[in-house]
Amino acid sequence: MAVATIDDIRGAIAERKTTAATLAHDFYSRIKKEDLEIGAFLTLCEERALAQAGRIDAMAAEGKPLPPLAGVPLAIKDVMMTSGVRTTAGSKILDDFIPPYDCTAVARLEAAGAVILGKLNCDEFAMGSSTENSAYHVVRNPRDKSRVPGGSSGGSAAAVAAEMAVAALGSDTGGSIRQPASFCGVVGLKPTYGRVSRYGLIAFASSLDHIGPFAKTVKDAALVLRTIAGRDPMDSTSAELPVPDYVAELEKPVRGSAQPLKVGVAKEYFGAGLDPEVRAVVEAAIQKLAELGCEVVPISLPHTEYAIPAYYIVATAEASANLARFDGVRYGFRAKANTLSEMYRKTRDGGFGMEVKRRIMLGTYALSAGYYDAYYLKAQKVRTLLTRDFDEAFKKVDVIAAPTCPTPAFKLGEKVNDPLAMYLADIYTVTANLAGIPGISIPCGDNHEKLPIGLQLFARHFDEATLLRVAHAYEQTR
Amino acid sequence: MKVTDKDVAYVADLANLDLTGEERARMLRDLNSILEYIERLGELDTGNVAPMAQVSDRYGVDESRHGSERFAYAIREDVKDGLRKSLPHQVALDNAPDTDGTFFEVPKVIER
Repeated sequence: MAVATIDDIRGAIAERKTTAATLAHDFYSRIKKEDLEIGAFLTLCEERALAQAGRIDAMAAEGKPLPPLAGVPLAIKDVMMTSGVRTTAGSKILDDFIPPYDCTAVARLEAAGAVILGKLNCDEFAMGSSTENSAYHVVRNPRDKSRVPGGSSGGSAAAVAAEMAVAALGSDTGGSIRQPASFCGVVGLKPTYGRVSRYGLIAFASSLDHIGPFAKTVKDAALVLRTIAGRDPMDSTSAELPVPDYVAELEKPVRGSAQPLKVGVAKEYFGAGLDPEVRAVVEAAIQKLAELGCEVVPISLPHTEYAIPAYYIVATAEASANLARFDGVRYGFRAKANTLSEMYRKTRDGGFGMEVKRRIMLGTYALSAGYYDAYYLKAQKVRTLLTRDFDEAFKKVDVIAAPTCPTPAFKLGEKVNDPLAMYLADIYTVTANLAGIPGISIPCGDNHEKLPIGLQLFARHFDEATLLRVAHAYEQTR
Repeated sequence: MKVTDKDVAYVADLANLDLTGEERARMLRDLNSILEYIERLGELDTGNVAPMAQVSDRYGVDESRHGSERFAYAIREDVKDGLRKSLPHQVALDNAPDTDGTFFEVPKVIER
């Protein structure tokens, strides 16, 4: 199967060169072969996929105009609810959970004609940076099967990289779309907070959670974003702002007639801990942006080193509250017990994995009497400082360029017993979640072991159009 | 060591977790190592910095108004039947581990 883009597939179906049903069958055959080794999928929903493919094929047969994602085989991280299709969040506590409604982003994809193949593996409740915290099985990086795919959306990145889906949805609370995209050599986009509805996303940290696409090309990511973005009355934090035609925006030149686009480079993203090969490849990519006519401007984001500590307080505090709902009463696993209190404890003890418990403990501690001001309130204030850093920077530049991760994909098992080392894998990505600005990771080269390296770009709030335009222009040079 | 055995037990209790002896030992070690890293937030003077609870507050908030009026952007008209129809009773019970067909059932709460 050749690398196919969304437009290729929609075109082939419209011209009757293939059918959505044939494509769905082809992808399932590939998944059933390749995924034995990779482990990207947790659940396949063939019945739902083939019913949708049938609707698209009927439209094509009647010569009706096809919707923008007609017949395109996609897959969804298993933290987004799919009506009637098991949704686990990678946790044993939701092992048999069948949601009664669809996540808005998933419903919008299907309304645009997409064929949802199945649900993708991830770290339990999206807590992790390697997908090794999945309660089900690990995911292997398709580029080097001894390595992690990144996380927490490791299944999404691996499925797209191994061509088991044309594009996928992931969620990004601290880098969980961009970091695995970088590790697997695909495009991953975290939109602005409020750009995409979170309705039907199983909550980890509500003020930091984002839904966004993985794709092979920037244009496909733009197509998916255009489909899922926009106000949803079911999520009061989804913004009441018009959705630009991101695909049309891609074609605008990066060197405008009046002023060149300004690309900021912050020294704090190129300091100690950055792998020298990653640095060289990312610097070469920034040089390419200069050759495209962008003006490269040195900037400073002075509070960057405080992002990880602030993030791990805010994220775990919110998680400790969000995960209180898993008590064995209304859904999910329930342990046998004689009293209600014992039932809660045994259910949560048996249902949650170690990393989830660790984060609930850290968050509960940070919110507990006597520590609230020192930890939670302090972290929220530092969040303000980090956001101001970006506000100041975006007075001078239109886009900021940085590495997505300090290293390429690490080995399976390498960091599994050192939570702090694992947290530091997110050092360049958590800032965008705290500030709510959009960020994208695009492949920009390989290291000497042929492991992919990602270039990360940030833009102003709700300026995905510029972000995607620069990413697309860079992609065309490769 | 900032966090003690006693703290771990207290926080686990707040979080409705029991934790095994082995898990408690790991938690003690991990929480101390993570909190030690987090201590560096203390290097920053945040005396005059307002806390940021969420990103959305940056767009619509009208600082010239007072109290909840500041958040007028987030207010919408009441919808008589709800934004979405409530789940049918049976559907809401479908995922429950134990019900009597009408209510969720749990172990007895009140001793008499």
